[in-house]
Amino acid sequence: MPLDRAGAAGAAAQIDRSDGRLGGEAARLTSITKSFYGQAANEDVDFDLRWGEIHALLGENGAGKSTLCSVLAGLYHPDSGEIRLDGEQVELRSPHHALEQGVGMVYQHFRLVERFTVAENLALGHPDTKVLASRKELERQVAELGRRYGLEAAPEAGVWQLSVGEQQRVEILKLLHRGVRILILDEPTAVLTPQEARSLFATMRALADEGRAIIFVSHKLDEVMEVSDRVSVLRDGRMVGSMEIAEADPARLARMMVGRDLAVPDRPRIEAGAPVLSITGLTAAGDRGIEAVRNVDIEVRASQIVGVAGVAGNGQRELAEAIAGLRRIEHGQIFLGGVDITRASPRQRIRLGLGFVPEDRMRTGMAGGLPLPANLALKAYRRPPLSRGPLLSKRAMDDRARRLEHRFDIRGVRWGLPTSLLSGGNIQRAILARELSAGPKVLVAAAPTRGLDVAAIQAIRRLLLEEREAGTAILMISEDLEEIMELSDEIVVLYEGRIMGRLEPGQASPEVLGMLMAGRTVDPA
Amino acid sequence: MNESVILLSIVSAVGIGTPILLAGLGEMYTEHSGVMNLGIEGMMLGGGVVGFWVSTQHTSLPLALAVGAAVGALFALVHAFLAVTLRVNQIVSGLALVITGTGFAAFIGSLNDSALTYERPLSSFEPVFGEGMRDLPLVGPLVFGHDWVVYLSWVLVAASAFWLFRTRWGLSLRAVGEDPAAADTVGISVTATRYIYTMVGGAGAGLGGTYLIAGIFSNYQHGITAGLGWIAFALVIFAGWRPWRALAAAYIFGVLRNLGFSLQIIGVDIPADFLNALPFVLTIAALILISARSSAARKYSAPSALAVPYSRESR
Repeated sequence: MPLDRAGAAGAAAQIDRSDGRLGGEAARLTSITKSFYGQAANEDVDFDLRWGEIHALLGENGAGKSTLCSVLAGLYHPDSGEIRLDGEQVELRSPHHALEQGVGMVYQHFRLVERFTVAENLALGHPDTKVLASRKELERQVAELGRRYGLEAAPEAGVWQLSVGEQQRVEILKLLHRGVRILILDEPTAVLTPQEARSLFATMRALADEGRAIIFVSHKLDEVMEVSDRVSVLRDGRMVGSMEIAEADPARLARMMVGRDLAVPDRPRIEAGAPVLSITGLTAAGDRGIEAVRNVDIEVRASQIVGVAGVAGNGQRELAEAIAGLRRIEHGQIFLGGVDITRASPRQRIRLGLGFVPEDRMRTGMAGGLPLPANLALKAYRRPPLSRGPLLSKRAMDDRARRLEHRFDIRGVRWGLPTSLLSGGNIQRAILARELSAGPKVLVAAAPTRGLDVAAIQAIRRLLLEEREAGTAILMISEDLEEIMELSDEIVVLYEGRIMGRLEPGQASPEVLGMLMAGRTVDPA
Repeated sequence: MNESVILLSIVSAVGIGTPILLAGLGEMYTEHSGVMNLGIEGMMLGGGVVGFWVSTQHTSLPLALAVGAAVGALFALVHAFLAVTLRVNQIVSGLALVITGTGFAAFIGSLNDSALTYERPLSSFEPVFGEGMRDLPLVGPLVFGHDWVVYLSWVLVAASAFWLFRTRWGLSLRAVGEDPAAADTVGISVTATRYIYTMVGGAGAGLGGTYLIAGIFSNYQHGITAGLGWIAFALVIFAGWRPWRALAAAYIFGVLRNLGFSLQIIGVDIPADFLNALPFVLTIAALILISARSSAARKYSAPSALAVPYSRESR
């Protein structure tokens, strides 16, 4: 335990020294590398933070923002690299250890015990909490704390009763109660209303002016431009660059964020056919009950791929689920081949010719514990030859699986063992095999190549293009801009559940797409 | 006549209710930490048979109870290792513990049949209060007629209610069972908390088992707990994870357990199997009632992270 004590004392000393040293170095991360299952989430990342600044971390999904923050917050141990706090090298063993050093993070999923009151959450694990602290006393302390920082929250209220914005205030208050000097906010505005975001920005500014250092993770350009002093951009796990906000402009940041030059590939020109999937005025609620898809109109024709671009969490999953019949539709209508399927069950939609590749291929796409033939039969087992009356024909299922294995090049199948043992790419091939073998009129593919290796990505994209040539109407939802550009005949950009813009692939430059995805309207110049 | 039958059945309900209460209180701690241990029946038998053996060798009942509790805690340690460290499915691990504990008790019991019956009566089980107080009308048999283990269980109920809901340690414990990530972030060791309280649960079961075998039956037979461990598990749910409610529920279950005898005495014949099923029927009814009211559901429902393993770096 001597280490711990030295650490705590060191942190206290740092806080004293840092006072009145606005602009001094608060933290420096050098050559941070962190991999998950062999895939690097952060590679050789350098990052520095100054006292008194709001430092924005900008990047697309999967760029490594959360990983970098989690490393500084002690949640992840970096595979290699060095962390310095106020000039001294530290090893952060746990989130609590980081807290003792004055580093605290507000995670996207709040670390609040929902069933406890605000006061109980602040008292939890706090070194000053008395063993037999009375409820009244705790609540009085918390009320005082809230007044001091201008973050008022009813101490006796249960966390479950609070709005998301209020919960976030409690989370910040909890960290301030712990004496946090470096505050990390991981996509704090993702869950807030614009008004709540305003008040958060005011709080952030006040805390920075007191000399604290604040890391603000976001993928929204407007917010970053508005609230931060400096900005660092991550892409594909690497640090692309840092600059003062005065030197930054949205177009430049968008290009840094998206990076690569996006070329439109050669593909066969096909005349699109009649409209097959028509979505009009679609509105659907998200899991929290707030509207996640707002008044969306999309039309997909036969032999056409419509690509839905956007940063994850802007309504894509809800849109896909609403089309597949897995989410209740509040307003609007969906037609499939002229038939109104707005209220149809998933099974009726499948019968009418809807194929669906869900974004969570392991949990929603497959019954991972079942062997491959059973999974491939999931949409076909009700009819001969796979079944006769109530009886399944195992042989027919196996024969069919072997044919599809060959045709869709599914590799690494171990007969009789769970499908979940296959690699991600092969699971995705298997899902496509199941969906495409049913001969769909419409295919909804959500994040079809997320997390796959290059070879698998190429194979999946080729399959989608072939299916397009075969006359299927395809709605492809993807966060991968390259994919969107390469495959789509038309691009739709979703932002906060609304359609921000519609583009032809030829008109889409990284800047334009990046700005639309970050919620800025673009002049149709 | 009828009043005395009712009184008698309540008094004997306290007897059979006490082992259920002790085991249930223990399980309540375990579940508040987010670990579900289905192995109560096995831990009661395993701890109880060893505790009983100790009591036949020495006349010291406190020693027997302590040893029984310790053995129960050791059984629970196995569950903690499987459930917390290896993150095994807790249902599987708990059921394995039932089988292991039952087999262990049968084995110890078969070693020497005669050793596991009393050679000497145990003075410790005598009622605590003198005859004058026990003969008082009504309160005499109800309040002053019990042995010291019953009074101990009352003390434990009060202490548990205080510990769980009035102390800093109780807050930490419940946080681990509600949201281990939140607890971890503020420096509470999820692993240590779960190990400790899983073992506390085992100790409760061992204590209950020893009292049942040594205190109530005074001899060991195979399968002597006859499902009391499962009733203790249901008790935790029925009581909404609250100690005082557990006290009342244990005696309600105890009354049901003895109701068959009492009803026979007054000439009503209801199949015993039906009565034995009543605790579980009541528990299901309580679950339905609680879930129907959202305010009650929040207060009296299971810890949110019950039976969910925790891993810090999982993503």
